[in-house]
Amino acid sequence: MILSIASGKGGTGKTTMAVNMALSIDDVQVLDCDVEEPNVHILLNPDINDVRDVYVLTPKIIEERCDGCGECSKFCNYNALFVTREKAIVFPELCHSCGGCILVCPNDAIVEEKRRIGSLKKGSHKKLELVYGELEVGEPMPLPVIKDVKKCMKKEKNVIIDSPPGTACPLVTSVYGSDFCLLVTEPTPFGLHDLKITVEVVKELSIPIGVIVNMAGVGDNKVYDYCREQNIPILLEIPFDRKIAELYSNGVAFVEKLPSWIEKFQTVWKKIEGKTNC
Amino acid sequence: MLKQLAILSGKGGTGKTTLTGSFASLAHQTVIADCDVDAPNLHLLLKPKVLNKQEFKASRLAVIDYSKCNNCGICEENCRFKAIHDLTIDPVLCEGCGVCAYVCPLEAIELENTVSGYAFISETDYGPMTHARLNPGEENSGKLVTLVRNNAKDIAEDKGYNIILIDGPPGIGCPVIAAITGVNLGLIVTEPTLSGIHDAKRALILLNHFKITPLICVNRYDVNLENTSKIEEFCKREDVDVVGKIPFDKIVTESMVKGKPVIEYSPTSRVSREIERTWSKVTDYL
Repeated sequence: MILSIASGKGGTGKTTMAVNMALSIDDVQVLDCDVEEPNVHILLNPDINDVRDVYVLTPKIIEERCDGCGECSKFCNYNALFVTREKAIVFPELCHSCGGCILVCPNDAIVEEKRRIGSLKKGSHKKLELVYGELEVGEPMPLPVIKDVKKCMKKEKNVIIDSPPGTACPLVTSVYGSDFCLLVTEPTPFGLHDLKITVEVVKELSIPIGVIVNMAGVGDNKVYDYCREQNIPILLEIPFDRKIAELYSNGVAFVEKLPSWIEKFQTVWKKIEGKTNC
Repeated sequence: MLKQLAILSGKGGTGKTTLTGSFASLAHQTVIADCDVDAPNLHLLLKPKVLNKQEFKASRLAVIDYSKCNNCGICEENCRFKAIHDLTIDPVLCEGCGVCAYVCPLEAIELENTVSGYAFISETDYGPMTHARLNPGEENSGKLVTLVRNNAKDIAEDKGYNIILIDGPPGIGCPVIAAITGVNLGLIVTEPTLSGIHDAKRALILLNHFKITPLICVNRYDVNLENTSKIEEFCKREDVDVVGKIPFDKIVTESMVKGKPVIEYSPTSRVSREIERTWSKVTDYL
């Protein structure tokens, strides 16, 4: 089964849930797709056994062939090419690597070169496998790194995907193709507002959803009302607990110190398996 | 002269919007810009009255005209995003580059502009506010952030205000870069957790990369005093001013439930007093 964990709002506990779930079941591969700020490795402390660079292809202008006709910049939908003083200039950070400029150039003046935008790391913690990506700071586009992380997916395992916050393309790319999406929220107005938007996105992808209410006991009851109205199952509630917060602050997954939670996470996993027929 | 302050964090949920909401209440002659366009929350505290709503059309989607298509499959071969399967465009995977339309020998594919969100110009009790809503799952959040900032700049120039207060999105990618490009000051809100520290360091590298003066504020500092000291030591080494240490207090969530900035809801609380001190230090830098 491929389970993705998402939230919309940041800081609701996606990574905490991903890691605690991963430590509660067997034969797991965790993919940390929050490549802008990956945190799973902080809680798992894995032995890293493979590090690779993530590259994208960006155009390179062969200057002696370029006559500044401007076809490439006219074609580029991302403003990654600009023609000035009769030569084309490339803004590599804006390029989406579609290859269109090469196709349209009448002078064969464009080739592609590899450009590093991040790295991919593989490691393990006991029997658990972890793959995570790290977008190079200053690079705007996380999608190629997320896609490279997802290419490492071992579908025969129990795959858990930790998604980035927000509801834009990085989230969609991360949860795309999962069998089930767990939405982690907190019972506050911010949590509810962002949960609603995330539900819209994930439903549009036709992925079944369930909710984990984290920090239960703070805030109000509106998250519960919303889930009831929308028929979204609440699969787990984790109370606001200073002990859990302290463990997290020190990079400790709480099931390691509070083992009674293992069974609860296992029950959630089984419920999800039942809902997805995986 | 117009000064722009961006609140960012790297990690989500550290308290950017809580802090921005209260800063908005403390600031004068300031335009407030919510640049978290894909999960905005500031409007829940500032209750803006929308004066103007703009459509934001930046995305394109390939559409096949099947009456012209002869199933040659050249589009599928050339699509780098694997967005065409069995001659059907997957709108999730399509990035609107236009390669399929270019290579189609029968001109059977067109690119359609799609509405990817809305930008708003509003009024709040605390001053003018610009904000936006990216449609769920959309691309181009960076461009929408730029629109929100341009709207804020127009208002500031129009009214002669000299501060723009920017609530930034989490992360370090495209919308964050759009939110901080050209600002004078970046305030990183962090928390004393290992994840918070890890992410704040990356946010700091980002600010340095763009040559923006960084400041740090530690939220919920008393949840882990040891980690707070580590942040302070790190900041000392890096020569970054820690302008605020805000205690943990349930009053923050209570004020959120009431839909008010904490400084309005409970002006005499320790949290509010510390936010006031933080704001006064931040304004020294502005």
